[in-house]
Amino acid sequence: MMLCESCKERNATTHIKRVVNGVLTETHLCTECAGEYGYQTALNVFDMGSILGGLFSKTSNDEEVLRCKNCGSSFEDIKRTGKIGCAQCYDTFRDRLKSMIRQIHGTAEHKGKKPGSSALRVQDPNHAMMPPKVTVLERLKADLKKAVEEQNFENAAQLRDQIKELEKADGR
Amino acid sequence: MDAKKWYEKAGADGDIVCSTRIRLARNLKQYSFGGKTTSEQRKEICEKAQNALMAAGSVISEQFNYVELDALSEEQAVSLAEKHLISPEFISEPYERAVLLSRDESISIMINEEDHIRIQVIKEGFDLKEAFETADRIDTLLGERLDFAFDDEFGFLTHCPTNLGTGMRASVMLHLPAMSEQGMIQRVAANLSKLGMTIRGTYGEGSKVYGALYQLSNQITLGLSENDAIGNLQSVTKQLIVEERKLRTRMKNDISAQDKVGRSAGILKTAKILRSYELMELLSNIRLGLSLGLLQGITHEDVNRLMTISQPATLMAAQDKKMTQSERDILRAKLARTFCRNIKE
Repeated sequence: MMLCESCKERNATTHIKRVVNGVLTETHLCTECAGEYGYQTALNVFDMGSILGGLFSKTSNDEEVLRCKNCGSSFEDIKRTGKIGCAQCYDTFRDRLKSMIRQIHGTAEHKGKKPGSSALRVQDPNHAMMPPKVTVLERLKADLKKAVEEQNFENAAQLRDQIKELEKADGR
Repeated sequence: MDAKKWYEKAGADGDIVCSTRIRLARNLKQYSFGGKTTSEQRKEICEKAQNALMAAGSVISEQFNYVELDALSEEQAVSLAEKHLISPEFISEPYERAVLLSRDESISIMINEEDHIRIQVIKEGFDLKEAFETADRIDTLLGERLDFAFDDEFGFLTHCPTNLGTGMRASVMLHLPAMSEQGMIQRVAANLSKLGMTIRGTYGEGSKVYGALYQLSNQITLGLSENDAIGNLQSVTKQLIVEERKLRTRMKNDISAQDKVGRSAGILKTAKILRSYELMELLSNIRLGLSLGLLQGITHEDVNRLMTISQPATLMAAQDKKMTQSERDILRAKLARTFCRNIKE
């Protein structure tokens, strides 16, 4: 295991490739230090194989190892690397992957573009574009309504100002 | 036709938003992903992607050059990464990798990066809609000729599950000196992660962010459409613009802010040696001074251009030779003096 370059104490789990001063450099950080440098959010934590692996339910040892018929990946391989081997892996390990995908994206249901169409035409609510379409403005408005209902007027006034400013920016 | 490149222009809300980027990740159904492909297969993928775009015979295809990564010198390759046209990951292994690059350098299609195909569109200023429309058009064009891995439930299939669904990463590069000085970025970052977005320094080493430049992008790619993800990013960006402008107004009459801007102009006009991060910090103050009306004689466009062309590998690529760090620092200072010679209060 590689040590974190920043704290030099914990194991490095995040590997960042960047161009610094004209040369390609790799930085190896532990989860904590990566977080301090802005590389950790609730989501890209799952980029790391070891942690990604932690999300999966354990498979029992006596179970015969299932491998993707196309690329030969086992579920263990996916757990270890955090990367999917090929398109067919998604089919082969669909159910087990689904729970992990939900933890990353909060859902496992695609709502965007489909091949053969333009994403700009993805407008029909019956076609893969179901609500909630919650923009920041809508969220603020909902919060405002709630604050008024709860008679939390200080909070409501703040929210009202934010909404006003946002709408002003929108109108520009 | 507009001969200027995106990094030589200043677009909408250019006082704060330097550039807008959209990236779409796509894979070909019949090949394994990432490192699981053989060298032969990777060559085939290059060929298929190239043909799909070039044989399209559309106006779009005429704008592109096909560039094999191992045909580039190290400086040329790193320069493309400095200009955000390809990723650092992409140049770490140059074999059987290629990029289709539009002549104005606003569109790049990386072949055999982590995913088989990564379409990227970059525009000056704040222009998510336009950038996305272009990316979508190219994706549709390629999709007509290539069999993309797609699943009704999971959307476009990617090597890493964090890109699954739309495969879209949209981002804006923001100059936030006032928010950054007030220490507000951390707090914003914490709130953004709840909204499925992230903000982090564009340039820097460790936790130090140079030039107060930040990259705001979406993290969630599944469960919401491209339009919705862009709408969310758009409205958060607008909020940040409002906040940054508000804080900047307060700085206008602050003598220490004026001092910083004035000193930076002085250094840029006279320095003989400039390190790249030092230039970035100085230009950040110039940008701020410009938007506060404290300076004239230089434009946001000039600042964007100087910042891009003075990066280490881009400097060397333009000279077509390797240079030592001190040679680069001297040349960089010379460029800065030329660009900044007319700056006055």
